[in-house]
Amino acid sequence: MRLRLVPQETNFDFFRFRKVTFGASVVAMIASLLIWALVGLNFGIDFLGGTTIRTESTQAVDVGAYRDALQPLGLGDVVISEVFDPTFAPDQNVAQVRIQAQEGAEAVTPETILAVEEALRNVDPSISFPSVESVGPKVSGELIWTAILAVAASLAAILVYIWLRFEWQFSIGAIAALVHDVVLTIGIFSLLQIRFDLATIAAILTIIGYSINDTVVLFDRLRENLIKYKKTPLQEVMNLSTNETLSRTLMTSGTTLLALIALLVLGGDVIRGFVFAITWGVIVGTYSSVYVAKNVVLMLGIDRDPKKPSDAGTQFADVDA
Amino acid sequence: MLQIAGWKRVLILLVCLAGIALSLPNVFYGRVEAYNDAARLVEAGGQPDAEQTAALEGWPDFLPSGLMNLGLDLRGGAHLLAEVQLADVYESRLDGYWPEVRDALRDVRDQVGTIRRQDAPPGELRVRIGEPAGMETALAAVRALAQPVASLTGVGATDIAVRAEGDVIVVTLSEEEARATDDRTMQQSLEIIRRRVDEAGTREPTIQRQGADRILIQVPGIGSATELKELIGTTARLTFHSVVRRTSDGAERGNADELLHPSMDAADGGLFYVLDRTPVVTGDDLVDSQPAFDQNGLPAVTFRFNPSGARAFGVWTTQNVGQPFAIVLDEEVITAPVVREAITGGSGQITGSFTVEEANRLAILLRAGALPAEMEFLEERTIGPELGQDSIDAGQIAAIIALAAVLAFMVLSYGLFGIFASVALAINIALIFGVLSLIGGTLTLPGIAGIVLTIGMAVDANVLVFERIREELKTAKGPARAIELGYERALSAIVDANITTFIIATILFTLGSGPVRGFAVTLGIGILTSVFTAIFVTRLLVVFWFERRRPKTIEV
Repeated sequence: MRLRLVPQETNFDFFRFRKVTFGASVVAMIASLLIWALVGLNFGIDFLGGTTIRTESTQAVDVGAYRDALQPLGLGDVVISEVFDPTFAPDQNVAQVRIQAQEGAEAVTPETILAVEEALRNVDPSISFPSVESVGPKVSGELIWTAILAVAASLAAILVYIWLRFEWQFSIGAIAALVHDVVLTIGIFSLLQIRFDLATIAAILTIIGYSINDTVVLFDRLRENLIKYKKTPLQEVMNLSTNETLSRTLMTSGTTLLALIALLVLGGDVIRGFVFAITWGVIVGTYSSVYVAKNVVLMLGIDRDPKKPSDAGTQFADVDA
Repeated sequence: MLQIAGWKRVLILLVCLAGIALSLPNVFYGRVEAYNDAARLVEAGGQPDAEQTAALEGWPDFLPSGLMNLGLDLRGGAHLLAEVQLADVYESRLDGYWPEVRDALRDVRDQVGTIRRQDAPPGELRVRIGEPAGMETALAAVRALAQPVASLTGVGATDIAVRAEGDVIVVTLSEEEARATDDRTMQQSLEIIRRRVDEAGTREPTIQRQGADRILIQVPGIGSATELKELIGTTARLTFHSVVRRTSDGAERGNADELLHPSMDAADGGLFYVLDRTPVVTGDDLVDSQPAFDQNGLPAVTFRFNPSGARAFGVWTTQNVGQPFAIVLDEEVITAPVVREAITGGSGQITGSFTVEEANRLAILLRAGALPAEMEFLEERTIGPELGQDSIDAGQIAAIIALAAVLAFMVLSYGLFGIFASVALAINIALIFGVLSLIGGTLTLPGIAGIVLTIGMAVDANVLVFERIREELKTAKGPARAIELGYERALSAIVDANITTFIIATILFTLGSGPVRGFAVTLGIGILTSVFTAIFVTRLLVVFWFERRRPKTIEV
């Protein structure tokens, strides 16, 4: 007996609640933007500049004692947080010390780091420092621009590619879905105050890649069915296409999520934020392919003039594997 | 019907075998690494010791021994991003011009009057002349010193720009010369950093130019970024000057052609030296330097000049017996001995208040040469080796669990076809590691995440095909036809979906750095190999099975 995520034949009406689902997406996006504006992102040193020091000790972390030890050094804003992870050994106590970018210095001076390490060693002699990272304000400013550029370039490249391979309406629909995914990811990072750094940008780009993958598979089937059923109303063809690809959509999201959840639980705390972003993106991206991308295409309508048969998408059909 | 040409079958199998063979060394990472180190030693003509001979026997010669590199976040080490202060060089270039300018103007002294060097902002050489009327002559004399620019882009241009401001002659580097100088400075800095890092004997450092004035340095295995900074952050510019006088006033302002530098020796307590700005000899003329001990058993550093340096030093010491001279390292006077007799042999010894370690490092720095300009560090990261090992362990466990879960899911969903897809997935992973080893790619922590993500996504192409075959089976054209149509019709979706993801990987690779780039590489390779395995490998397996069994009906 085979495992089936969905029955062999499905006939869900994906557009029955289209006002509700599309409305929900719009509301979620507005909420995300609001949280972003009000709470803000918890930027890492990649984008803000400053220093983070990871400490590890066999003794329990006493955040208060650490703070008191660092107080006399006059380093400005110092944030100390304990790190928990199921992969840690019982006597492995990890904390993260973050120091703001120092006035007038590009990178942190070795003296500052030595002073911090010395002060913490006085509190806890068994402490060690598995990683020290420091980014100057000049580089962090540039990294922000590179990140924005990367996201914008990806969206533009996809806009053009989908436009060439499909129709412009599909292209707009795909981009709407991607913007939806990116905004919701920024929203959840603002809401949960997860550290937002360069790796998160890489995660967002991966989300874009995954989500577009999903959207393209749906569009591909839609394109095929539009040629097959020339007289059927657009909404019905869309519904049919979505139903036909539903099994595949859930299979792929399912396997990807299985892999990601394994990584999320067992992959260690260093990449947890990164993996969380991708996991979130897979869920949101699957949803947006069905409910955002197609709704937008449906709203825009497609020119189905039989005199101009679209030949896009058939050039790979006779590739001999 | 369902056919694949014989040569294609052979080719597909060969690619799979090559992938497995190339990825194999990574399974025995430590052993192969030791083997490679020993093999490199033998190739360089070295004599392996017992341990290295054992390492050589630990891995068969006929197997590939290429390994993928582990990124700093997995292996531990230090990462620095340095900005070279290019403008520093302009100053010393112009300082070098001063004697020539002075001599040229002296030749026309009767028309230009007295010549005095003025204090000038960095990047300018300012000379005041006594007779403003003779400015035209003075300018012509200085302009005659200009040399053609020695670079491909600056053909026809000369190296200095000379203009008059009242009774002052202003000499600056021309734009073309500045650009050529910048380029040379970067090349030199890269070369010297590479030599210093190599002297310290670390494995596989990355030293790369980034943009116009930046250098990225990554050294695996080094204890901390601070240690690395000490090694490469010192300019190590050694110069020999004649001493004009000593002073205890650190704020004293001498003539424009004089320098004021503090003594390095703390015992001298706030002693400063006023020096002639133009050095007699510089560290550029050094050919060797070794740590040593002086006659009192204190740590010292010996040095030897090349012939031209030896000659210059010999001439100067002959003329200045009984006078003090200063040995200056990075704007601090190490020592200022008196010339007892002419030093014509071209070698000498520097004694100062060194520790053995400092003498050792100074010798390395002098041997490797001085950095042409100072560097400012914009970014530095240290990752301890234990943290990297923890990440590898966590990533490995996560990858195995992910793989097992996906395989179980596929077999449960698609039965026999799921097994085919699972075999293809295993080959896919071998191919990713194989390609990474082949191109010497770097595996980073996000890269491991990329592989795990690929495990999840790689089955997508198979799922597309299998779902399509299921659909085609419903229309009852017979199993062979259904399989063929399934592959044919799923192809456009597979290609479109993967091209868009590949575009993203390319953008990530172009704009990202470090770990992010590592992620882009594994993601990009993963897309290529997963399309290959889904379209070719799974299909070949299906065809093999179909040809043997000739089933009347199939269930996907």
